Amino acid sequence: MKTIIALVFFALSFGAQAVEGSLALQKADVDVFDLESVRRGAGYFVDYCMGCHSIKHLRYSRVGKDLEIKDEVLRKDIMPEGAKVHESFLTSMDPEDAVKWFGVAPPDLSLVARARGADWLYSYLKGFYIDESPTRPTGVNNLYFKDVAMPNVFWDLQGLQRPVIKTHEGNQVIERLEKVSKGKLSEEEFDQTMSDLVTFLVYAAEPAQYSRLSLGKYVIFVLLILAVILFKLKKEYWKDIK
Amino acid sequence: MAAEEKDKSLLGWIDERFPLSSFVSEHLVKYYAPKNFNFLYFFGSLALVVLVIQILTGIFLTMNYKPDAKLAFDSVEYIMRDVSWGWLIRYMHSTGASAFFIVVYMHMFRALFYGSYKKPRELLWLFGMVIFVLLMAEAFMGYLLPWGQMSFWGAQVIISLFSAIPVVGEDLALLIRGDYVIADATLNRFFALHVIAVPLALAGLVVLHLAALHTVGSNNPDGIEIKKNKDENGIPKDGIPFHPYYTVKDLFVLCVFLIIFALIMFYWPDFGGYFLEAPNFEPADPMRTPEHIAPVWYFTPFYSILRAVPDKLGGVIAMGGSIVVLFILPWLDRGEVKSIRYRSGIFKFALVLFVISFIALGILGTRPATPTATIFARLFSAIYFLFFLSLPFYSTKEKTKPLPERLTHSVIPLEERVGWHWDLVRRILAWVTSIEAYRRLTGVVGGYLKKADGYVEELIKKYSK
Repeated sequence: MKTIIALVFFALSFGAQAVEGSLALQKADVDVFDLESVRRGAGYFVDYCMGCHSIKHLRYSRVGKDLEIKDEVLRKDIMPEGAKVHESFLTSMDPEDAVKWFGVAPPDLSLVARARGADWLYSYLKGFYIDESPTRPTGVNNLYFKDVAMPNVFWDLQGLQRPVIKTHEGNQVIERLEKVSKGKLSEEEFDQTMSDLVTFLVYAAEPAQYSRLSLGKYVIFVLLILAVILFKLKKEYWKDIK
Repeated sequence: MAAEEKDKSLLGWIDERFPLSSFVSEHLVKYYAPKNFNFLYFFGSLALVVLVIQILTGIFLTMNYKPDAKLAFDSVEYIMRDVSWGWLIRYMHSTGASAFFIVVYMHMFRALFYGSYKKPRELLWLFGMVIFVLLMAEAFMGYLLPWGQMSFWGAQVIISLFSAIPVVGEDLALLIRGDYVIADATLNRFFALHVIAVPLALAGLVVLHLAALHTVGSNNPDGIEIKKNKDENGIPKDGIPFHPYYTVKDLFVLCVFLIIFALIMFYWPDFGGYFLEAPNFEPADPMRTPEHIAPVWYFTPFYSILRAVPDKLGGVIAMGGSIVVLFILPWLDRGEVKSIRYRSGIFKFALVLFVISFIALGILGTRPATPTATIFARLFSAIYFLFFLSLPFYSTKEKTKPLPERLTHSVIPLEERVGWHWDLVRRILAWVTSIEAYRRLTGVVGGYLKKADGYVEELIKKYSK
């Protein structure tokens, strides 16, 4: 107990220094109302992420409804073989195996966009670089999440990157990343792919945002009219009060 | 004969069995409130409305929430996704929690501003303070329920504070947690307290608060008693019936409040991480501490005072003290004059410093405690306490202005305000209004407003027939 409390206070007092990554985040171009982009992102998620990661709190049927995907398209393009439409985006990897293979169970991505932010996700996905030190079994490291257990699953799309190291006040810091091999996609295409994926995860973090954002204006409009009427009513009642 | 007629109406039937008419009359129609209430007087009734919102949305959340450490986080996401309108109910509840504190802080500031805690309203203030403390307990326990990272670690930090109390501390912390760490037992008892015990106590105290208010009557921006000036029927000359005057006014204000509420709820529900904190979207993990633990914004002024003291027990005492001084405020302030309008420059200056310190402590409490931040937190904590503890010394010797016989304006017009800062405001305003662009703008806007007004009038006329 005492150690936990000590840890908490330790974290409190050094919170500022624990921030990961020295580079500023890259701005993600996210528009959840661009349904085409979200649909593409859903496809990439199933192809590239769902081998390890789940989105426990999102059903295929919900995605079909929200993104206006027809059932047969949903089954063919998005859902993996054998999955049922009311099921969630669950990986088939056993968490115990994951711990054996990677050291940690891959986190559920339901809410990661809300916990970390879209910009962080986008930067992180683009932030893998070659690190051949013997402590890195995946051969890569990440600018925004040092010593992350995740391998770079997009290496064939993006190509490999290596860090350009600069000496700053006696410390070696990574200034930027530079391409060493060409990927299947051009730089713009890859950025767009990552944007799509991040957009899908932003949607997945809060599927209700479509109804939330579209309902709000009507509620406020009605309240505005009501406010005008109530203001007139108040004026009428108060006209004799001096 | 008249009695027989009365019997025939439903109201008559009820009145013979229950004092409905006399209750409505006593507390609404014949409750005379000062006629010069201003902006700061809306927050009491708004607080009542927010309490109702919280209770109603809370009931619906309880229908789908699972108070179980294994299920709690998932059940909140289930509410957000699968329950019909669940997201709306939950955002209402989370926005409502923050709105409650905004409204209550404004309500308390009003009391400071116009001396509403002074004789004969000491009990009214005390009931209000108990409500405030209960509200903090309610918010703290409610915050654990989503079982996110911040829920867990925030509770961990705050409950561990109790263990700093000598002799009984460790046992007390154990009693609160029901376990040696924050665990399922903690979640269950917090759920019980959050859903039943505290709301019940809150409701009871609101009744006491209102009963005390209706006994002594409302204070007003002039801080004079309207009951001292009554007409031949015993009605205060400066009083107006609460219903319909303040009911229609409060309805309008409520509508404006709801517009702001809806704007936040629909378009910015996490309010930049202040109403819903980002780390709380990750499930609680007892093995991993978040990078930075901060309580929700409404606790941060007190949290800053806690951190300002290097010793843990000292910090807990300082934080407790910061609440206790509020309780004894009616006896610390010994001046006769209530309203800031007629109080001395020293008090005005002290109050400005106090408000700045309170806000600054709030901002500092959301940030990590760097050495510089700690120095500032200490300075502002000192001002916080000095504001209260210096009151007994100067409040009797204040140079106050003469009180008026009858109520004056709800807001003092700019022309009547004195002081160099008001001269400056007047001069700036005169300059702004003299600019051609400003005149053109007001002309255009005024024209549109007039048009809209005429349109509304027409509609009202049409439909009132």
